[in-house]
Amino acid sequence: MAATLHHSGAPIVALRGVGKTFSSGTVALAGLDLDVREGEFLSLLGPSGCGKSTALRIIAGLTEPTQGGVEWPRAIAQVNNENRLGFVFQEPTLMPWTNVSNNVLLPLKLKGGASEQASGRVAAALDRVGLQKFAAAYPRELSGGMRMRVSIARALVTEPELLLMDEPFAALDEITRFKLNNDLLQVWQALRTTIVFVTHSVFESVYLSSRIVVMAARPGRVFTELAIEAPYPRDQTFRTSAEYAALCRRTSDALAGAMAAGGVE
Amino acid sequence: MMLRRTAQERRDRALRVVLPVIVLALSLAVWELVVRLASIPPYVLPAPSLILQTFVADRALLTQSLLVTLITTLEGFLLAAVGGVGLAVLFNLSRLVEYSLYPFAVILQVTPIVAVAPLLLIYLPQPLAVLACAWIVAFFPVLANSTLGLNSIDRNLADLFALYGASRGQLLWNLKLPSALPYILGGLRIAGGLSLIGAVVAEIAAGSAGAGSGLAYRIVESGYRLNIPRMFAALVLLSIAGIVIFYLLAFVNHIALRRWHESALEAGS
Repeated sequence: MAATLHHSGAPIVALRGVGKTFSSGTVALAGLDLDVREGEFLSLLGPSGCGKSTALRIIAGLTEPTQGGVEWPRAIAQVNNENRLGFVFQEPTLMPWTNVSNNVLLPLKLKGGASEQASGRVAAALDRVGLQKFAAAYPRELSGGMRMRVSIARALVTEPELLLMDEPFAALDEITRFKLNNDLLQVWQALRTTIVFVTHSVFESVYLSSRIVVMAARPGRVFTELAIEAPYPRDQTFRTSAEYAALCRRTSDALAGAMAAGGVE
Repeated sequence: MMLRRTAQERRDRALRVVLPVIVLALSLAVWELVVRLASIPPYVLPAPSLILQTFVADRALLTQSLLVTLITTLEGFLLAAVGGVGLAVLFNLSRLVEYSLYPFAVILQVTPIVAVAPLLLIYLPQPLAVLACAWIVAFFPVLANSTLGLNSIDRNLADLFALYGASRGQLLWNLKLPSALPYILGGLRIAGGLSLIGAVVAEIAAGSAGAGSGLAYRIVESGYRLNIPRMFAALVLLSIAGIVIFYLLAFVNHIALRRWHESALEAGS
């Protein structure tokens, strides 16, 4: 298991020459080519303004590109696009007026799935993030980390093939973030889903990813990419290893290069 | 430390009830004393004790009038609630409807109801005219607040609904209406008091010509008869009705929002 290669190499989604110019005239992305390969943990790393969140929203279909397009090479994903995607925002983005269980149920409810089956899937999703005991709690009764877990459970409840995460842990304290990093890796390995993870943290991207795409700003584009070939499962030992430190340095250098290429803010 | 604080909180809460009661009792005592010492006749200023006696003596008449006014108020309030929320939803679903109708809702709101009531009384039978007044006054705050609430949704949640292909109905029912609930309830709290005011204004406008028997009508009628103690008694009843409506709606608001909305959470919890 330790050295299992997660990705088969076939792209699950591909951005081709994607550009995005906002109505304000800001060029968020220009000529972005990006393959997301099946089963990989891909991080988009870059300074703010490099368009990494915009790229994620374009993959999700929440924003239309002004140039280029998104390809879904595998027919199944194309037919029923929204069933295949999970999205986790920077904020937990829960409905405050209802409990954890109903929040996680939401995607199934919106798709009109069978309700007996749905409650089992909600329980399973909550179980995966360790919140089975909090099904009846309201979001405001939970800590920031737990709210983010609910948000992840909600994204997992449809068993997505592609999980898109937009700086989900940026607002959390370091201890909580490390814990959620580990749990996310476990979920990823158990479900064998594909994850695209947007972050501005070098350390987080190296710890989690099998591949990092470093982006540069003005206009947003791919600067370089790095394969992180350290085997999974990764844990505390990896986090403190010399290998991790070396990978972080390489990635950090790449990011510094991207920032130089993107000009001064 | 903790204990001391809760003790102080308890004392604070008690003071908030006790102090107004003391002020009320003192004012009534002074009022009673002034009337008695200066021998002011009851048709100029009745003593509180006389008002109380009038209450007891006229209780059947006054209760009946109170009931009439309360029923009008309730009907006006319910119509305002349904109409206000319904129209806000319609506005939210269709810009064209909003652009077409919103100015008229504003006109309805800014035209003083006292000036409209006599006209309504010409064209409508009196009970209906009174109800229309209650509705007109109470309707706008519900509409305005609901419109604001329906537009105040979390953008990320809206994205999430779009991602899962939510229909417009699902978006409205599962996201917009729950988001708007605190605003809608705020509008209803204002509407409760206003629909009572609307009913009273219309009853007074109907005046002696009216066949109605609401509390405001009673006040006008008693005025004509120089039955000042009954005017006061009816006025006190109107005040109490207003207070009860206010706290009833505040209570509903609290029950509906206490688990999730900032406005209804216990301090420090």
